[in-house]
Amino acid sequence: MSNKNIYLPYLMRIEKITDEAPGVKTFRLAFEDKAEGEAFNFRAGQFAEYSAFGEGECTFCIASPPTRRGYVECTFRRAGRVTTGLAKLEEGDTMGFRGPFGNSFPIEQWQGKNLLFVAGGIALPPMRCVIENALDMREKFKDITIIYGAKSVGDLVYKEKLKEWEARPDVNMVTTVDPGGETPDWKGKVGFTPTVLEQVAPSSDNTVAVVCGPPVMIKFSFPVLEKLGFKDTDIYTTLENRMKCGLGKCGRCNVGKMYVCKDGPVFTKAQLNGLPPEY
Amino acid sequence: MENLHITNGQLAQWLDDMRRDGLRIFAPVAQGGKTDFKFLAEGDTVAEDYVQTAQSAKRIVLPMAEVLFSYRKHGKDIEVANPGTDRFNDTIIWKARPCDARAMRQVAEVFTRDYDDAIFEARRSHTTIVAFSCNTCDDCCFCTSVGGSPGGTEGSDILVTTLTDGGGALVEVLTPKGEGLAAKYLAGAARADGIDKQAHLADVRVLFSADEVRAKLDGAFDSPVWQEQSERCLGCGACAFVCPVCTCFDIQEDAHGARGRRIRCWDSCGFSMFTQHTSGHNPRPTQAARWRQRILHKFSYIPEKLGEAGCTGCGRCSRACPVDMNISEHLKAIAGHE
Repeated sequence: MSNKNIYLPYLMRIEKITDEAPGVKTFRLAFEDKAEGEAFNFRAGQFAEYSAFGEGECTFCIASPPTRRGYVECTFRRAGRVTTGLAKLEEGDTMGFRGPFGNSFPIEQWQGKNLLFVAGGIALPPMRCVIENALDMREKFKDITIIYGAKSVGDLVYKEKLKEWEARPDVNMVTTVDPGGETPDWKGKVGFTPTVLEQVAPSSDNTVAVVCGPPVMIKFSFPVLEKLGFKDTDIYTTLENRMKCGLGKCGRCNVGKMYVCKDGPVFTKAQLNGLPPEY
Repeated sequence: MENLHITNGQLAQWLDDMRRDGLRIFAPVAQGGKTDFKFLAEGDTVAEDYVQTAQSAKRIVLPMAEVLFSYRKHGKDIEVANPGTDRFNDTIIWKARPCDARAMRQVAEVFTRDYDDAIFEARRSHTTIVAFSCNTCDDCCFCTSVGGSPGGTEGSDILVTTLTDGGGALVEVLTPKGEGLAAKYLAGAARADGIDKQAHLADVRVLFSADEVRAKLDGAFDSPVWQEQSERCLGCGACAFVCPVCTCFDIQEDAHGARGRRIRCWDSCGFSMFTQHTSGHNPRPTQAARWRQRILHKFSYIPEKLGEAGCTGCGRCSRACPVDMNISEHLKAIAGHE
């Protein structure tokens, strides 16, 4: 029996705040206790509970990759009570962090394969971790394709990173905005993400696909991938069920025989096929 | 561990002695038209004629609200205070029903698997359960349909079976904790000899087979039965709050100015907010979907993990439901559903 209080967060100092899009911010967090920070490890795809003291906790994936040590980053949209509380914080303020929780992307098993990332809107942050993790060991993979879509040009997050990935000769970066979301000088594609995925038509041969986005985007992207010949065991996503504890105890994220916080959040489409559609 | 046979006088004396020693005793007391557990205070009489308490004894190990930690803001800094686990006192749950004692094991399973919850563990280690077998039952009881018994010993430190012929009580000492208590308060008690415990137990009818229910549930996700059964459900969550097995919780913030506390509170899968995302998307958007989750979790998902239903047949949910949803009736209907 351990005497550790599993609900107690690490205290984190906000080192840097980046405005990504309207209502969307990225925080770079450093551990108050340096020893805790040095001992901290995680894997791409894992998530954490972030505290705004006075408001509560909320759940996001860790957005920075485990290959870049000394800090963690999270990106969130101001939407409810806790994210509004977080959004009010300033550089130098203290917040809480509990994690890492859940499973991760089996990135070691993907070595020698092509990688296809399909993300929509605010779902690029959970995918950024695995994208950058893969880019930090670029030689282990074959082609890397990233298809990212948002409602409008203003809603695209990580604008600097998008430019950086676009400039890389070893990344096929496709950016799109929903019809009507383009600006006069927009150089990317116009169309819903699943439609653009169909146009780009990446080969399914020796390829793993990772899809993250709002439920509607996922719903329409899966059939496209199927048409392109992807097997359900080669399609990955991360579920975003409401959570409180992150420890498989509070019961909130229970879907069928799984707890998303413990057995997920990363699932293959083959695994989702065996779950009730409660996500 | 041995079985003792004590007189009615010795049984009364046992409780009196513990009260005189100032032990914290959580026992059923009749108050305000209902019988419920409370910490015995001077003048309280332990209830005799009742079938089931309104609430289970679960809250001794899992209180309705538990402070997980507190904090104070100093400008840009936060000072966190961990309440620790040395603040709990020994507690005796007196006269728990075997269904409640059995439920404690499942509650413990949730809080000790994967990540040990030190607060829960400390509370549990300070708790001794003296359960009493049931001599009577009512129409809501169904422990025998879910693998339990009115005289079941599982989860108890001591099980007392009062003998219906007035000949005292059989005391089964079941754990080292129980032995400690018996050594102190029942020293010199006679060894039990030739008592037919079964003859003194309530006759709880078997209403359905939990295995049959489980087998039916495997293909029942899209069944119309959920809508039919939950049509009148108010989503009030009373069933979860009185349940000795339910452990789902919320984590809430109680903050005033620079000070605050993070608190674990009971919650229910029957509440519409339980799974609702901030975006408004709700994976279980209807009461029918939430009722289905309650039944599937208890009678399909938990059995797959633990080999037994997440229900001990105490019948409290049926007694507490304001719209008379009777769980055993519903389970019978599921078992018989084609």
